[in-house]
Amino acid sequence: MSRYFTDEHEWIDVEGEIATVGITDYAQEQLGDIVFVELPAEGTTFDKGDDAAVVESVKAASDVYAPISGEVIEANGALEDEPALVNSDAEEDGWFFKLRMTDPSELEGLMTEAAYKKFVAAL
Amino acid sequence: MTANDTIATLEDALPLEALPLDAWHRARGARMVGFAGYHMPIQYDGIMAEHGWTREHAGLFDVSHMGQLTFTGEGVDDALELLLPSDIKGLKPGRQRYSMLLDQDGGILDDLMVSRPADGAFDDAAIYVVVNGATKYDDIGWMIEHLPDDVIMNHMADQALLALQGPEAGEAMAVLVPGTTDLVFMQCGAFDWNGVPLWISRSGYTGEDGFEISLPADAAVAFADALCALPQVKPIGLGARDSLRLEAGLPLYGHDLTPAVSTIGADLGFAIQKRRREEGGFIGHGRVMKELADGPGAKRVGLTIEGRLPAREGAQIYLGDVQVGDVTSGGFAPSVGAPIAMGWVSLPHSAIGTALEIEVRGKRIAAVVAPMPFVPHRYRRKA
Repeated sequence: MSRYFTDEHEWIDVEGEIATVGITDYAQEQLGDIVFVELPAEGTTFDKGDDAAVVESVKAASDVYAPISGEVIEANGALEDEPALVNSDAEEDGWFFKLRMTDPSELEGLMTEAAYKKFVAAL
Repeated sequence: MTANDTIATLEDALPLEALPLDAWHRARGARMVGFAGYHMPIQYDGIMAEHGWTREHAGLFDVSHMGQLTFTGEGVDDALELLLPSDIKGLKPGRQRYSMLLDQDGGILDDLMVSRPADGAFDDAAIYVVVNGATKYDDIGWMIEHLPDDVIMNHMADQALLALQGPEAGEAMAVLVPGTTDLVFMQCGAFDWNGVPLWISRSGYTGEDGFEISLPADAAVAFADALCALPQVKPIGLGARDSLRLEAGLPLYGHDLTPAVSTIGADLGFAIQKRRREEGGFIGHGRVMKELADGPGAKRVGLTIEGRLPAREGAQIYLGDVQVGDVTSGGFAPSVGAPIAMGWVSLPHSAIGTALEIEVRGKRIAAVVAPMPFVPHRYRRKA
């Protein structure tokens, strides 16, 4: 399994043609206390960059974009009952949705964990 | 991921200024944002934790961005009664009132606190007024235009303003300034702390008991340090200030109150005492009298929201296919444990209990007009 990062502060775990998407620990810290996550329905198809989910913190709503193109095969139902999972475990149990990728070549050019850490340190 | 931070994006391109406690906030780990032209702390530990701390203990808020004005001179009460719809002549020394500036059409230019100093505070000024930070220069311009030459207005740009709020605010403040235990809600007075002159009112904008403290900017760090050294007190950011005031049903200027809305529709008629309604003689009186007689076109209401999805400022309120209002403040209410909102709804649909819908990202969510405050006020009133 490989993990990629975007400059929109999302992470993507890739296993075969399936990509699991979430927001990074840095992102959840910037957002603050998360009170609601609006997730896409199974079967929804996205092009890279489409609005895919919305994270509501106490103070604001933020869009989460599809980091790659694909079809949603599962959304993380645990976030419905416990949106704060994104705060406590953003990069594991706080995942948002799984996509069946339609164009894995889009992964090229995304950041590795080391590159993302560097990117965040420079912000 | 893109954050649509409504607080942070309010500001225009002017460079932000630093307030007296700027370095103090940063040293305590605050996240700073632009607000009302200043760098201000939006949060320290997190909005939920800070909100909860204030409801259970005591939170210290830096509100030094607000405008602190004094008025002196011959005929000052008469002059201010032209500008403000509230009873100024009947305001006793050491008493404070909530009031507002109205334009000629009765629209709200700002809301404010007005008090009559005692014991020579503020160089023997006759009246002390605190206005909102984002509107203070517009307010000053408006007042200069409408005040007679004999009345001198002084903008005290070198005064800091702090608020200590929460059920333990009284005991915390008493450690530093024992005389404050005698104050009840909307009373104020001059005090001394280690030789620093303090003007303290028992008031605030969280719905909790507490104080607002005006003091010289150069003493603000020492006083904030002394308060935060007490076990009851933690610094609290703007984020929790907003969720606390929303739960308390208190309107925020520039959002729930604007020049487009009126005092009576805003349910702030309590700020216009009987004598002022009868006699008039203030800017905007015509609209107030008309709406007292005929009712306003729309009302500021509270809304409880079904489910977990927050409805925020700008969301449209519907009854069936007809838009009947707009949300002007909204978000998750930590002490309620659910989203709540404040909005303006046309009069026929503004009664408590009216079932409405709010549109959020193309979806309708169920909302009900609810009494405010959402969390009971706990002011310290006279026994």
